[in-house]
Amino acid sequence: MSQKSNRSDGVFPLPPKRYSCWMESSDAIRVRDLRKSFFVTERESGVGAALASLVRRRREEVTAVAGISFTLKPGEIVGFLGPNGAGKTTTLKTLSGLLHPSAGEVSVLGHTPWKREKSFLRQITLVMGQRNQLVWDIPAGDSFELNRAIYKIPSPDYRNTLGELTDLLDLGPLLRKPVRNLSLGERMKCELAAALLHRPQVVFLDEPTIGLDVTMQRRIRAFIAQYNERFGATVLLTSHYMADVEALCRRVIVIHHGRLLFDGELGALVDRFTAHKTIVIKLEDEGRDLARYGDVISREQGAVTLRVPREETPRVTGRILAELPVIDLTVEDPPIEEVIERVFAGEIS
Amino acid sequence: MTGIQDVYRQQFKTTLASFIQYRASIFIWTIDRILEPLIYLVVWSAVARATGGRVGGFDASQFAGYFIVMMLVTQVTYTWVMYEYEYKIRHGSLSFALLRPIHPIHTDLVDNISSKLITLPLMLVAAFVLVVLFKPAFSPPVWAAALFVPALLLAFAVKFVVEWTLALSAFWTTRVSAVNQGYFVAALFLSGQMAPLSLLPHSLQVAASLLPFRWMISFPVELILGRLSPAQAAAGLAAQGAWLCLGLVMLRAVWRAGVRVYSAVGA
Repeated sequence: MSQKSNRSDGVFPLPPKRYSCWMESSDAIRVRDLRKSFFVTERESGVGAALASLVRRRREEVTAVAGISFTLKPGEIVGFLGPNGAGKTTTLKTLSGLLHPSAGEVSVLGHTPWKREKSFLRQITLVMGQRNQLVWDIPAGDSFELNRAIYKIPSPDYRNTLGELTDLLDLGPLLRKPVRNLSLGERMKCELAAALLHRPQVVFLDEPTIGLDVTMQRRIRAFIAQYNERFGATVLLTSHYMADVEALCRRVIVIHHGRLLFDGELGALVDRFTAHKTIVIKLEDEGRDLARYGDVISREQGAVTLRVPREETPRVTGRILAELPVIDLTVEDPPIEEVIERVFAGEIS
Repeated sequence: MTGIQDVYRQQFKTTLASFIQYRASIFIWTIDRILEPLIYLVVWSAVARATGGRVGGFDASQFAGYFIVMMLVTQVTYTWVMYEYEYKIRHGSLSFALLRPIHPIHTDLVDNISSKLITLPLMLVAAFVLVVLFKPAFSPPVWAAALFVPALLLAFAVKFVVEWTLALSAFWTTRVSAVNQGYFVAALFLSGQMAPLSLLPHSLQVAASLLPFRWMISFPVELILGRLSPAQAAAGLAAQGAWLCLGLVMLRAVWRAGVRVYSAVGA
């Protein structure tokens, strides 16, 4: 679309505002052509190389984000996916004002994040699953009080929010224990509460469930959904656990090597990146050769799994039902985890 | 209660609660700060006695006065920001401070003052014991005694601002320990901690007065010991004021540039 708009032959004249869509005021987050590179000094291992680096340092430019654009509407929860080093954390840090981009335009709630205006910082939060903001040696409740003062939260609002967060996260008994005595999961719950006391409108979550057991992951996930629903907050979430993304996000943005690979509904991701479906068949006669219908992926407990090109699935299914003594047949998309893995591995693009 | 007062109050409670968890360490650090001037006091008193009772205008009881007051002044003026920022910046924990709608110097300042209030009683007891043991002698004029508190507070302000600014060198280099070490050695000599500045060679005395060191520690000690004329005292207060203003300007500029670097290389 943008290519067409940019044509200068008069067939698709430029609109008066070229980025009228980008400028739409109802977006909570707008990112346009964001780029971020770092200079990293590097040297070979060994004493010789160490001495050589004293004289001359070799600096290499590493591109973390190579020009990505997207927008988020208020209240959206969007999953931000990519393998390690894809540029997810760099993007979140830029959006929350910790990093200065190398190029591009970013607007979060109408603010330029890296100016770090107080009015901006009061409306956002960044939770990093691998870092702590709570003071280690004192109960979380005391750190909460400090945040109340720093964010100038009026006392009645503070009491209400803390009450709600305590209910949602079941924090009651945890607030009086020193943070260092809490389990990883308990600490994460307290970290989330501390980060949300000022009721930010935009929440950046960088792997909030990392290292947690399955029950705690589910708990945190449910909480994020409830928080989003109750306060209408916009949430951008990165996670390595597809379960987080499947449970929370209708929309996902996939980046890889700093570039945007996909931005759309989770279901469409599978359509976009998989050319196949799987057909699982149970037959009365288990021994049959099914290779002529598609690739046989597995045979387990009387069920045969076939991989069939997506567009041929209806025809193949029809043939199987007509030609074979079928007891049961199901057509499935490959598991989303597998799709994502293959996208990241560079097998499909 | 205004916003900033509320932050100061809460940060004080937080620091207090954290410190209580580390009672033993706090006790040992405080003993450290008592022992250092005590050692210099003993050494210089011995030197004075061995050289006919006086060294450079100080006898044993005047050395006692100098180092006991020095101990209290050090208690008021010490900071650990230079160590702290090396860690905060290298490990990225400064990021949380940057996400908050308040300048981090506020929380550092309260943290620092809180720790001093907590250890002050122990310091006062130590000072009392040393007074009884070493019988210090000094009798400042009333005007000097009256100026002591403002001079002491200005000394703290200058030291805090200068060290906070120097601490930000961690934004540019990962080897801040070397910067710290150089600074602390210079401070040890030039701020009068090891020996009264009047005992140093003239060139070092000039350096101590031109640099901020004298105004960060030595000046209030000299004032309360009655070793300054009213004109010298006024000049000293003016020097403190000038260093404070210059320090604040530097702090602001270095902070801005540093945050830009931090945000450029990856927080």
